[in-house]
Amino acid sequence: MRHLLSTADLSREDALSILDTAEEMSGVSAREVKKLPTLRGRTVVNLFFEDSTRTRISFEAAAKRLSADVMNFSAKGSSVSKGESLKDTVQTLEAIGADAVVMRHWASGAAAQLAASDWTDCAVVNAGDGTHEHPTQALLDALTLRRRWHAAHHGPDQSPRGTDLSGMKVLIVGDILHSRVARSNIWLLNTLGAEVGLVAPATLLPVGVETWPVTVHYSFDEALAPDSAGRTPDAAMMLRVQAERMVGGGFFPTAAEYTRRWGLTDERLATLERLRLGETDCPAMLLHPGPMNRGVEVSSAAADSPLNHALDQVSHGVSVRMAVLHLLLTGADDS
Amino acid sequence: MTAPANPALLVTGARPYGEEPQDLLISEGRIAAVGTEADGQAEQLRAQGTEVETIEAEGQIALPGLVDLHTHLREPGREDAETVATGSRAAALGGFTAVHAMANSSPVADTAGVVEQVHRLGLDAGYTEVYPVGAVTVGLAGEKLAELGAMAESSAQVRMFSDDGHCVHNPVLMRRALEYVKAFDGFIAQHAQEPALTGWDTDTPAQMNEGCVSAELGLPGWPAVAEEAIIARDVLLAQHVGSRLHICHVSTQGSVEIIRWAKERDIDVTAEVTPHHLILTDELVRSYDPVYKVNPPLRTEADVHALRAGLADGTIDVIGTDHAPHPTEAKECEWSQAAMGMTGLETALSVVQMTMVETGLIDWRRVAEITSAKPAEIYRHAHQGRPLAAGEAANLILLNPEASRTVDPAQHASKGRNSPFRGMELPGQVRTTVLNGRAVVREGALV
Amino acid sequence: MVATPETAESSQVMSASDVERALTRIAHEIVETQRGTEGLMLLGIPRRGAPLAVRLGEKLARIDPSFDPAASVGALDITMYRDDLRSGAARTPEPTHVPDAGVDGATVVLVDDVLYSGRTIRAALDALSDLGRPQTVRLAVLVDRGHRDLPIRADHVGKNLPTSREERVSVKLAETDGVSAEQEGVVITR
Repeated sequence: MRHLLSTADLSREDALSILDTAEEMSGVSAREVKKLPTLRGRTVVNLFFEDSTRTRISFEAAAKRLSADVMNFSAKGSSVSKGESLKDTVQTLEAIGADAVVMRHWASGAAAQLAASDWTDCAVVNAGDGTHEHPTQALLDALTLRRRWHAAHHGPDQSPRGTDLSGMKVLIVGDILHSRVARSNIWLLNTLGAEVGLVAPATLLPVGVETWPVTVHYSFDEALAPDSAGRTPDAAMMLRVQAERMVGGGFFPTAAEYTRRWGLTDERLATLERLRLGETDCPAMLLHPGPMNRGVEVSSAAADSPLNHALDQVSHGVSVRMAVLHLLLTGADDS
Repeated sequence: MTAPANPALLVTGARPYGEEPQDLLISEGRIAAVGTEADGQAEQLRAQGTEVETIEAEGQIALPGLVDLHTHLREPGREDAETVATGSRAAALGGFTAVHAMANSSPVADTAGVVEQVHRLGLDAGYTEVYPVGAVTVGLAGEKLAELGAMAESSAQVRMFSDDGHCVHNPVLMRRALEYVKAFDGFIAQHAQEPALTGWDTDTPAQMNEGCVSAELGLPGWPAVAEEAIIARDVLLAQHVGSRLHICHVSTQGSVEIIRWAKERDIDVTAEVTPHHLILTDELVRSYDPVYKVNPPLRTEADVHALRAGLADGTIDVIGTDHAPHPTEAKECEWSQAAMGMTGLETALSVVQMTMVETGLIDWRRVAEITSAKPAEIYRHAHQGRPLAAGEAANLILLNPEASRTVDPAQHASKGRNSPFRGMELPGQVRTTVLNGRAVVREGALV
Repeated sequence: MVATPETAESSQVMSASDVERALTRIAHEIVETQRGTEGLMLLGIPRRGAPLAVRLGEKLARIDPSFDPAASVGALDITMYRDDLRSGAARTPEPTHVPDAGVDGATVVLVDDVLYSGRTIRAALDALSDLGRPQTVRLAVLVDRGHRDLPIRADHVGKNLPTSREERVSVKLAETDGVSAEQEGVVITR
């Protein structure tokens, strides 16, 4: 692996290698000395063309726990906003001595372009590109799901190392059309053997979704009900919905109607609370990439529910990003 | 006053339209004779002391000079991207003896002054004939008609009007334009793109064909229906007012079907396809390389095949290059920020050979129709797109169909380096271009 | 996983029973040196050091029933502390498991299969110091093949094996190498 651009081009082996490494990194985050010397003398640049304090801090923590030097380059309000090209910015950063560029960009494909260009030899980590992908978010979601799923079936003391999500059924609910989190999750969950259901109004599903390895539901209630094989979903991933923009664009009539039909309301929360992980007694899971819009895609009660793993997701984010930086920045350059 | 005389040219061994070899004698701007008569007349000319150069063209195909109804020469305003001079050179190398320069220059070609300037720059360059296209609406803004009559009566004698790059999307304005140009036998060339369906006035304008690939890439989609809806509307308008309509760069299967339907009803519509839409698909966008960003966008494999079939059966009338050079920085950036367009003059005939001739869909006679005779007829040119016959104006090319080359945009005469065929192996090379009796390209190079 | 085929170039230098006897002897040595097993913790270095530590722990429990392997045997992965991370393929770390008591004040015996350059042990000492402050650190290895790059020596050695740098020493264990208990052993390949 030279770059992490998309979960679509991660093999099962690569994905498990990241998740297994992340499991070990979680141990480091739990101990007193939360630092490893692995990337001593290496420089990681967080190049953010779009504000995202959460993602930036997570990557920063990950790089620092691996002893890398971290430079944060917020391209908002810098020379970049005055017309400097991505090419010049990146070449500047490489001249400063960056080994890896973690890039958040508003343009779909920006990370892939950077990796394909001859502008830099840095490893490129896609920290979210437009409405395309956000691979580390999907990996941390998978880590969160795998841990629970494995613990439910084999007990909490067994390591989930080497296991995938076979048998799991995950719903992704909300604005699939504009969601990089959804895209990355769909490919990764599929690679890891999980079954994926999408729940959204047709206006928020892309044309072409019929070719994706997913089941599409227009009704959240139907998606939560047992399928023809009698199985119910094991996890619901609620996507953030920018209601004002969506209403303005005619994607749905009002925020209230969206919430009634596609939100995790108290009534649907009660349904979710009755669902179990596979055949076990462990409760189903609620995931949200954050930040949550309480009262829009999730009710306040759902947000505060013990089913909600949002905080696990945050801590797993650091572990996954440590794993990614380790795997990209160690090993010979030609590997 | 006598212009400096060009030597007469005796072309030996070339195969007109790829058929039996026949010698051609070119003298005083005309094809003087064809076949054995050419050799006899050449002897006579030599005996009279006239210089006769021989061009040995065994194995080469003679075709009428190509006519492009859709070229962006960027001058005035974007001389960093292309000038009339550099674009003319690219055209000559590509085998074009006439190009039609689209109106989206800066200032826009919406007045007699601008079209006369472009026309004069073309004459000065002297490598190809340059016909300016007039804007339909002032500033291409789609709000009020430009002075179409003044442009028609100017020294440039504009007959073709287009807001290319923008759709004349107001149906009343489109109707009026179609009606108005009847006074001077002009025609409207429509860039068919419903702006609302392509998010044109939003902060997320369409970036690529809407379909499976756009779904995965997270790029705002450009639905086929945005093109087809405008074509359907405009053929009905053309029928209603009895005007001539030309559809620029048709890119979808549905568009071909609508145009076929219109022609069956004898609606006076002609249609054009670009070389790139005959070969490239939206799968290339997976690279996010902006060299593949173009308007209309690259479509699917099914569309490519429908376009080829439409071109073969006459539904689509002509090849238009939509040659759209851009400076490097306009393509060396994020996909959504990049300019739309591809260069095409120097690769067009090769792509037609590869996609239409080598696939057996059409022969060289039909190539001559779609690249020369038909576009010239649409514009009502009297001396372009004529048959290779004695007495006709000598606008012709000699093509080596056996040649093969790897496209290197750095070697192109166009200033634009944005060729989507970069690195591809393409067949055929224009060896000679004769413009009104004068060789402007010899042995594949500018004279 | 496929065992390296025995060729004319390779010869077995320890059999399964040799390995068994060597571990038994090391267990006795540890108890003698320690004067018992109090405060003793075994940390195996993955991959093969980890099962060797488990086996040593079982033997220690037989010698001294007060020794509880479940509470005193673990694994210490050193991937993230290696000094050659820029060469070869990127590595997925192996599990680290430190017994709940922690390493502070303990006598930690690091366990590995082959001692060669000493670089692995250097990395292990660094990894250990990030986990806490042991009272003493000792080193037990199944094979010491010489050719040290660093000033490191083993306290307990199953077998000293004179080798040249061109030779390869491979240890085969049931837990890590897909061989049966009888096929275990140490092979030297030229």
